[in-house]
Amino acid sequence: MTAILKVAGVSKAFGGVQANRNVSLEVEAGRIVGLIGPNGSGKTTLFSSIVGYHPIDEGSIRFEGQEISRLRVVDIARLGLIRTFQQTRIYGGMTCVENMLISSSQRDARLLDLFQARSPEREERAGDLLDFVGLYPKRKLEAGSLSFGQQKLLEFAMALMNQPKMLMLDEPTAGINPTLINGLIDRLKRANEQFGITLFVIEHNMRVIMNLAEHIYCLAHGELLADGRPEEVQNDPRVLDAYLGAH
Amino acid sequence: MLDNLLILVQAPTITVDLVLNGILVGAIFALAAYGMALVWGVMNIINIAQGEFVMLGGYVAVIMSAHGVHPLLAVPVAAVLLFGLGWLLYRTVIFRIVERDLFTSILATFGISIVLQQLMNTVFGGDVQVAQAHLGTLLLMGGMVTLAQIKLLSFALAAVLAVVLVLFLRRSRLGQAIRATAQNARAARVLGIDTDRVYAATFGLNAALCGACGALVAMAYTVHPYIGLPYTIRSFMIVIVAGLGNLAGVIAAGLSLGAAENVAGFVLGTQYQLAFVFLLLVVVLVWRNWRLARKRQYLK
Amino acid sequence: MSDAHKKLAGRLAILAVGLAAPFLFPAYQSQMAELWLFVVFALTWDLAGGQMGYNSFGNVVFLGIGMYACVLTQVGLLYDIGIYNGARGGGSATFVFDLPHYLEGLALGLPVGALLAALAAAVLGAFVLGMRGHYFAICTLGLGVAAGEVANSWEWIGAGSGMVPPTPPQVIGDLSRFYYYFAFALAAVTFLVLGWLYRTRFGLAINAIRDDEDKAEAMGLQTTRIKVAAWVIAAVFLGVSGGILGNLKRFIDPIDTAFSGATFGVWMVLMAILGGKGTLWGPVIGAVLFEVIKEATWTYLLGWQRVALGLLIVIIVVFFPQGILGWLRERFPDRFGRRVEADLSGTAEETAR
Repeated sequence: MTAILKVAGVSKAFGGVQANRNVSLEVEAGRIVGLIGPNGSGKTTLFSSIVGYHPIDEGSIRFEGQEISRLRVVDIARLGLIRTFQQTRIYGGMTCVENMLISSSQRDARLLDLFQARSPEREERAGDLLDFVGLYPKRKLEAGSLSFGQQKLLEFAMALMNQPKMLMLDEPTAGINPTLINGLIDRLKRANEQFGITLFVIEHNMRVIMNLAEHIYCLAHGELLADGRPEEVQNDPRVLDAYLGAH
Repeated sequence: MLDNLLILVQAPTITVDLVLNGILVGAIFALAAYGMALVWGVMNIINIAQGEFVMLGGYVAVIMSAHGVHPLLAVPVAAVLLFGLGWLLYRTVIFRIVERDLFTSILATFGISIVLQQLMNTVFGGDVQVAQAHLGTLLLMGGMVTLAQIKLLSFALAAVLAVVLVLFLRRSRLGQAIRATAQNARAARVLGIDTDRVYAATFGLNAALCGACGALVAMAYTVHPYIGLPYTIRSFMIVIVAGLGNLAGVIAAGLSLGAAENVAGFVLGTQYQLAFVFLLLVVVLVWRNWRLARKRQYLK
Repeated sequence: MSDAHKKLAGRLAILAVGLAAPFLFPAYQSQMAELWLFVVFALTWDLAGGQMGYNSFGNVVFLGIGMYACVLTQVGLLYDIGIYNGARGGGSATFVFDLPHYLEGLALGLPVGALLAALAAAVLGAFVLGMRGHYFAICTLGLGVAAGEVANSWEWIGAGSGMVPPTPPQVIGDLSRFYYYFAFALAAVTFLVLGWLYRTRFGLAINAIRDDEDKAEAMGLQTTRIKVAAWVIAAVFLGVSGGILGNLKRFIDPIDTAFSGATFGVWMVLMAILGGKGTLWGPVIGAVLFEVIKEATWTYLLGWQRVALGLLIVIIVVFFPQGILGWLRERFPDRFGRRVEADLSGTAEETAR
């Protein structure tokens, strides 16, 4: 197995606050990897560093062997590394289908490609994916009128529409009705198996991440605390300490 | 253009003259800019009518001096009148857009600016006006540097106004309420501050400040109905460079802008001085954006 | 009649009215020509302002560049521009434009205007479209005024005393009617091109930028290029409209006609918002309504006209920001193909879940 994402010795400080200190981790292609840690442990900062929202102070980030720590957001997305947001972001003034249609992969797209008419295959794929997340009946609604949970599902479908090689999800189950969480876990797994998308997931819900991930990294105070298979991490006393605040 | 540059190098006294006179007018720019920053910071509104408030203050001085009153008295009168106008505008228009997005406020205050500028144009005509203060001129460095006393006086008055404003914001109850609202409007409401009243006062205060500036402008320089936009643009530029809530920065940026404008007006020719101001704005914004982009900081 | 037929019939009706109008209302030819140009103004403003969320106060830059470029080309083909402007057009006796030369100048001038305006949009856009929202708005405000100030001081193009477009040869006859058809054709083409544009994925892309630019970027859309492209498209049509307007008005004042931020620059925003921003028909409706109101009230308001227009902006922005079409769309969503309820004809698998 090869690592699709390789983070080596990454540090990032905001003013005097050290958000990440010397973090190294690897995500193997085709797997589901989790990232956990108490609030303020630097998980989202690490995500943002990887996808290019701010420069890192030290270290290197490689995606498929290519150094991306100095690339901009767009260029990283066009390599096939897509993230979803903790505060869900969709195009509120457009219908769900339109949201999907404009989300298709931009990997080799040039500006002129945008002037083509809409293609039936793309529309069909958009419909299929909306069906996949259970939003097909709402496809013609304005995305802004959906509930928070539905917007989250839409954002997930948009990410799939983009056909990324790797998808980074920031708390995919936060704010979702608990009865729907099992369905979502199932869909995440199917996205991984059927579409071959590597998943890297920040999650607070322990039950979810233990069910989902094959490998888990745990951050605390900006540093990597532990990593291993879910049950190893779950039973690691340092992880328990970090969560219970026994420092 | 190159000839003019050469003159500046060969005759440093001219440079001194230009820079000093620029700094004097820069104080007025800084004061108007501080008002804009106040409204922007407290109410999240970019007031495009800022320059029109200055223009109105100028007309107060012009009218008073035409009726034989010394225009220096117009400074407090303009401030009071403009406070009333600002308060009125808040109660009729601004309070409806305070919670809306920044662009709505830009467009609405832009509309207000057009109303005010066209109103004055219709009533007083487009002519250039001055309020004569009948003060002499200071000659420095053997007569090579000339400073009008009224410009010095306006500089001093602007400084006094700035000090009064700062003391007011620091010490008075209303000033403290304004600063609290700027930091967190919701928390201020929870603590029992009537933010609506604070907004009205802030908007009025800003207008008053601009009105006083305008009276100084009318005495030391000139006014006509269309001077508003350049003052708005200058204020905006100064706030961008200095940042919100940074009085020292605003003063430094304001004085430098005044000096830079004066020198540019000499080098390029005075007919290009306004073009210089507007192009400088574009350059400042592009520079700021480039700096942000370099840091990969796209998120607001 | 099917929907497609109705649409075709409607368009043919507009075409017929547009073509016949100068003969039906010969007294209002120049106003109607202006109206079609206003339609172009509003449509092109809305391309960036309404559909993309980039509200520009500086689109007059492209109008003015197109205007000067066109007229300067017309003149420059036959005479020395410096001498021509030095003589302030010099009367028709000195500078004669016969029919072939006049048409040739126009045929070359309008595309040159479009090209230079597009070029300006590309260069300026690359710098200023990287800014977000309100910084962009104020920056374009500065650009518009700066362009006017430069034109106002540039002797070669006539500076503050303005420039007189070439005097048309007698054969052309009624100049207003001549340029009316230019304006009408331009409005029709602009409308059709933008209608097509909004149906492509480019239309979706600029809507996405309006709704959430950070998201669009995170999904790999090259937002800066897309924004510049949108502005360039707007500038092309504005550039042509500038050439037509300059010739129609017979006199170009750098600040009141060409780079007229206080009139055309504001009016384009007003018309688009009045009709409903972010829609195809909204700007058209807004432009028609605005021109009618403007002409109807002109005599009554006299000098107060511009004050009233300022008030109108405030009122529309504060009380009626969604515009006429936006309001209708909220009231009658079905008629606009918008759904507010779920379509339950989803797959069986779906309903079971």
